[in-house]
Amino acid sequence: MGRVGHMDKNTVVIAMKDIVKKFGDFVANDHINLTVYKGEVHAILGENGAGKSTLMNVLYGLYRPTSGQIEVKGKAVSISSPGHAIELGIGMVHQHFMLVQPFTVTENIVLGMEPKKGLMVDLKEARRKVVELSERYHMKVDPDARIEDISVGMQQRVEILKVLYRGADILILDEPTASLTPQEISELIEIIGHLTADGKSVILITHKLKEIKAAADTCTIIRQGKYISTVDVSEVNENELASMMVGRDVAFQVEKKPLVPGEVVLEVRDLKGKDYRGVQILKGLNLSVRQGEIVGLAGVDGNGQTEFVEILTGLRKADSGEVRIHGKDVFNASPKACFDSGITSIPADRQKYGLVLDFSVAENLILQKFHTSEFSSHGILKRDKIESHARELIEKFDVRPSGCENRPAGTLSGGNQQKVIIAREITNNSELLIAVNPTRGLDVGAIEFVHRYLVEQRNKNKAVLLVSFELDEIMSLSDRIEVIFDGHISGSVAGKDADENELGLMMAGGAVRG
Amino acid sequence: MDKKKGILQGNAFYTLLSILVGFFVGAILLFLAGISPGEAYGQLFEGVFGNLKNIVWAFIYASPLIFTGLSVAFSFKTGVFNIGAEGQFVVGSLAACAVGILVKLPPALHIPLCMLSAVAAGAVWGSVVGLLKVKRGINEVLSFIMFNWIAYYFSNYAVNLQILHKEGGGEATKDILDSASIVFPDVIRDFLGKNRNANFGFLLAAAAAVLIWFIIRKTTLGYKLRAVGYNNYAAQYGGINSDRAVMTAMAISGGLAGLGGAVQLMGMSMRISQFASQESYGFQGITVALIAGSNPIGCIFSGLFYGAMKYGGTKLSLVDAPSEVVDIIMGTIIFFIAISHVLRNLILSRKGGKA
Ligand SMILES: Nc1ncnc2c1ncn2[C@@H]1O[C@H](COP(=O)(O)OP(=O)(O)OP(=O)(O)O)[C@@H](O)[C@H]1O
Ligand SMILES: [Mg+2]
Repeated sequence: MGRVGHMDKNTVVIAMKDIVKKFGDFVANDHINLTVYKGEVHAILGENGAGKSTLMNVLYGLYRPTSGQIEVKGKAVSISSPGHAIELGIGMVHQHFMLVQPFTVTENIVLGMEPKKGLMVDLKEARRKVVELSERYHMKVDPDARIEDISVGMQQRVEILKVLYRGADILILDEPTASLTPQEISELIEIIGHLTADGKSVILITHKLKEIKAAADTCTIIRQGKYISTVDVSEVNENELASMMVGRDVAFQVEKKPLVPGEVVLEVRDLKGKDYRGVQILKGLNLSVRQGEIVGLAGVDGNGQTEFVEILTGLRKADSGEVRIHGKDVFNASPKACFDSGITSIPADRQKYGLVLDFSVAENLILQKFHTSEFSSHGILKRDKIESHARELIEKFDVRPSGCENRPAGTLSGGNQQKVIIAREITNNSELLIAVNPTRGLDVGAIEFVHRYLVEQRNKNKAVLLVSFELDEIMSLSDRIEVIFDGHISGSVAGKDADENELGLMMAGGAVRG
Repeated sequence: MDKKKGILQGNAFYTLLSILVGFFVGAILLFLAGISPGEAYGQLFEGVFGNLKNIVWAFIYASPLIFTGLSVAFSFKTGVFNIGAEGQFVVGSLAACAVGILVKLPPALHIPLCMLSAVAAGAVWGSVVGLLKVKRGINEVLSFIMFNWIAYYFSNYAVNLQILHKEGGGEATKDILDSASIVFPDVIRDFLGKNRNANFGFLLAAAAAVLIWFIIRKTTLGYKLRAVGYNNYAAQYGGINSDRAVMTAMAISGGLAGLGGAVQLMGMSMRISQFASQESYGFQGITVALIAGSNPIGCIFSGLFYGAMKYGGTKLSLVDAPSEVVDIIMGTIIFFIAISHVLRNLILSRKGGKA
């Protein structure tokens, strides 16, 4: 694709040798090697739970390796803390955000390295620097917004800016694109290009093979904690990468049998509402979803889809309009009332809404149903039932490691956390399943799996509303695609007629407004 | 090797370590004050374990502390910080006192009624703070502290009400009626080293601890409260009414502290005296909860430990050591427990690096 590499094969900046990391008896990294050169973009590929984040946490000083050596710029080091890693020029953007929620964007970015005026933090100067940085790298952020109020996409940009602000020359990006829109992803890839041209090195973890092809020079593949190989990206294609990673061939397309949509399940009329800042974001949205169809809601982040889903699930109040499930009014109902009338959702922010990280996997799997007679009687939890329920779902949805029902959900790898949520929401078997970026952070094997489950819901005559930034995902699954732009539906096409360019144009507001 | 690591990871190890450090720091201070640490600690130990009667005293001292410890531990588990156990303890004690003096009933009814009033008073005291937090967004720590003072002055006011006040002067209420006393019958007291204040308090406290453990771990109520405590957003998303959960948690937590007040009154003090300063049962409950790592069963043991220290501390004057040494030791222990997770990470990462 005409990408220009900047890799300097003579200068090794990172050499990790024979790294082993154990958690108790569990071996998360089993003799892994990694060599990164100056100016290189080095991708790391592996299934959910393969040990990628663990390896990077070792490099960033968060975990001590059980054994193995690390050299940074030719010097053997023992990285004792993130602070030490930053001194060595290593910066990391984590898979899950590590931002201080009540602080503003500016405060988060400069945290620990604040510009000072005398003894005081010079917030004006800090703000100026943040704005300058975000403009330089074309990353739109609102410097004054509080983290708890901004979208997942913007939080991710804040994380990236934070590392850039610290002037790292080796950047670890752990699934940075998982929540970005396609446009933002190509922008990020451009930024990565500028960084490497500048002599910086980037370690990129992503499950998206396309991105590896577009952005990386080299790719190291890990499978179940073991080092498999390191390949020159220009010499392999996506299918080869996928099968190296999973150890088998992967199907990229799901079979869908033709189906006639049935009764209307979800009916939304003229919905209006505000976002966290009180700005009108939904401006009269109309949408319906029927039994036996997957409706894809495509759109650029920030056009109201987040707020729309929050309203449907009872987490946000709308100003006016109508929301009905099978004719029953659920406008501004509580989360419980929404759930009881047949709405479940796979939320966009899995660690905020989807999981109680300190709860065990088993406890998380009964979040909406702990009080039902299936899992409790007379207010006492049925522990055996809860555990066997968990074991069943862990097995069925391939949550790894198997037998994790009593582990805190927070110790699972990111992709496996997502699988726990998906297992829970799909088995709720509700009339309407709202899936927001359901495959975010999943490996290609797991994506195939989730797609099959979404289609299965549709085939069981349920309604599915798929909200995703992945156009590919929307196009391959949806029976009908609705485009959201500026708070209303700006266009609609049948899934089979969809064309990527046309959709892109509609998403940018280029279509005729109905 | 692995086993050793297990111990190093466990909380118990750090708690014991912190206790040792606490005694060590106490020893240094005693030494600097010109008192022989060996003698003082000997006195402390002797004071508690010297004879059966003294051991029973430690249990008596422990009972109210176990209750306030449970109150705080329960609040921690559900994501609020009940620094108001002090005030809930006072109003509970006052309610039990009023009912104990004014109502005439046979013991089988009088005792439960006193205790229920104490639970209700403590629960209301906690819930009002919960209500302010939920409805008005007022930080619970601030209102708890205010409510502690309100309870303090209210109690001092009530002590002087004619209908409660002791006849013939003194700065205290009348004694509660015998039908409201939870002191053991004579036979049992004779058996327990003739301790005249031996009472049912500890048994109640232990039962309450088991009940709270059960509620937290085994019931849907506990599930709900923990979910809200750990992640309010996910709990709401899961359909749990988090406002109601916070209110419930505060009411239960307050009720426990209130019951502690009743136990102290009905088993030990028998009357309420005018306070010269806050009695600190609630604040000591924070220490008890922290040493127990917020585990309800653990509160039984940490409550006993604190009770023994408190009782033993009263004997320190015999060797001219100030009983405040006990407070210093307890404070040091808490300090080290609080930083023990830092210590743990240090030790474990050292080991991890070599292993
Ligand atoms: N702190 C921990 N304690 C125990 N086990 C852990 C811990 N952190 C990670 N693991 C386990 O180690 C394995 C590797 O996890 P890791 O997060 O490195 O996976 P990953 O390759 O980043 O996966 P994903 O693509 O899903 O993010 C998983 O099985 C996980 O459950
Ligand atoms: Mg990961």
